[in-house]
Amino acid sequence: MRALGRLFGGRGQDEPASGTVAKERLRLVLAHDRTSISPTLLEMLKDEIIAVISQHVQIDASAVEVSFSQNARETRLVADIPLLSRPKRR
Amino acid sequence: MTAKVVTVTSGKGGVGKTTITANLGVALALHSQRVVVIDADVGLRNLDVMLGLENRIVYDLVDVIEGRCRLRQAMVRDKRLPEMFLLPAAQTRDKTAVQPADMVRVCDELREECDFVLIDSPAGIEQGFRYAIAPADTTIVVTNPEVPAVRDADRVIGLIEAEEKGPIRLVINRIKPRLVRRGEMLSVSDVVELLSIDLLGIVPEDHAILIAANRGQPLAFSHNSSLAGEAFHNIARRLLGEKVPFMVLREPTMWKRIVGLIRSGEE
Repeated sequence: MRALGRLFGGRGQDEPASGTVAKERLRLVLAHDRTSISPTLLEMLKDEIIAVISQHVQIDASAVEVSFSQNARETRLVADIPLLSRPKRR
Repeated sequence: MTAKVVTVTSGKGGVGKTTITANLGVALALHSQRVVVIDADVGLRNLDVMLGLENRIVYDLVDVIEGRCRLRQAMVRDKRLPEMFLLPAAQTRDKTAVQPADMVRVCDELREECDFVLIDSPAGIEQGFRYAIAPADTTIVVTNPEVPAVRDADRVIGLIEAEEKGPIRLVINRIKPRLVRRGEMLSVSDVVELLSIDLLGIVPEDHAILIAANRGQPLAFSHNSSLAGEAFHNIARRLLGEKVPFMVLREPTMWKRIVGLIRSGEE
């Protein structure tokens, strides 16, 4: 039945509309194009940021997120770095 | 008179630059403006056929630049619109025949004689694009609500910004309201949000555009007969500084679609 729906241009329940997919893909592609930062470079930056910061403070390296934020035609690199709270001393 | 020089560009080919230039030229002329449209696509000229002026060309842009004729001699007057002229591209040359400074010189000469100079830029971001934007006071970036067209538009916007070529305004062409409603096409607000530039106009997909191109009679000549024709006139009015609300694009009703089908069968 689902296959039949697809045949007529329908989509599965959990599948987002292609317009939304297009917008999300473009958001990322444009950020990379505008800054000429490739996804590989972004990964590299992330690893180095983690390395530098870890030298001084304890962070949750697995939860670090480095991404782009857009404001008008200005692009920012945003790093979200969760700090590990110090174990409480009594 | 000091004309405003407006370059129509897009990055990607086939999004409707020439259609929009031709129709804007006609619409502005119908609003009593003196207009010169320049086909800057040297080697692949098409603005002449869109306007139905292909049989009237004697000299072209490259003849003017290389001094084989005066600017006046190359300008083709549109008989239907005494206030509109076409400066055609050369067909047997390529884009290396034109330098940015040449376009600036030609446009400076035209500035004294008309209200608007519209330049139909070639696709791409190479020399043709460079000389097409060189004289621009304003640029219009044309895109379609599709991933490759929006991406290329963004790239072109970045290049124009770097050249500091005045305001950049967006025209979204070939919108299919039915697909947008189903969520299967980028909406106007999606595209504006992604590109973050000022929206100048929206044009629905319309078979009448193809028919008009077949006849060499741009839709803007009869703006009441079609939604796209009305859209072109709205863009022209906004270029003239009027505040015109954006049209609400609804999908045609079942009844209209049936009538449309019957009509297209008759023609």
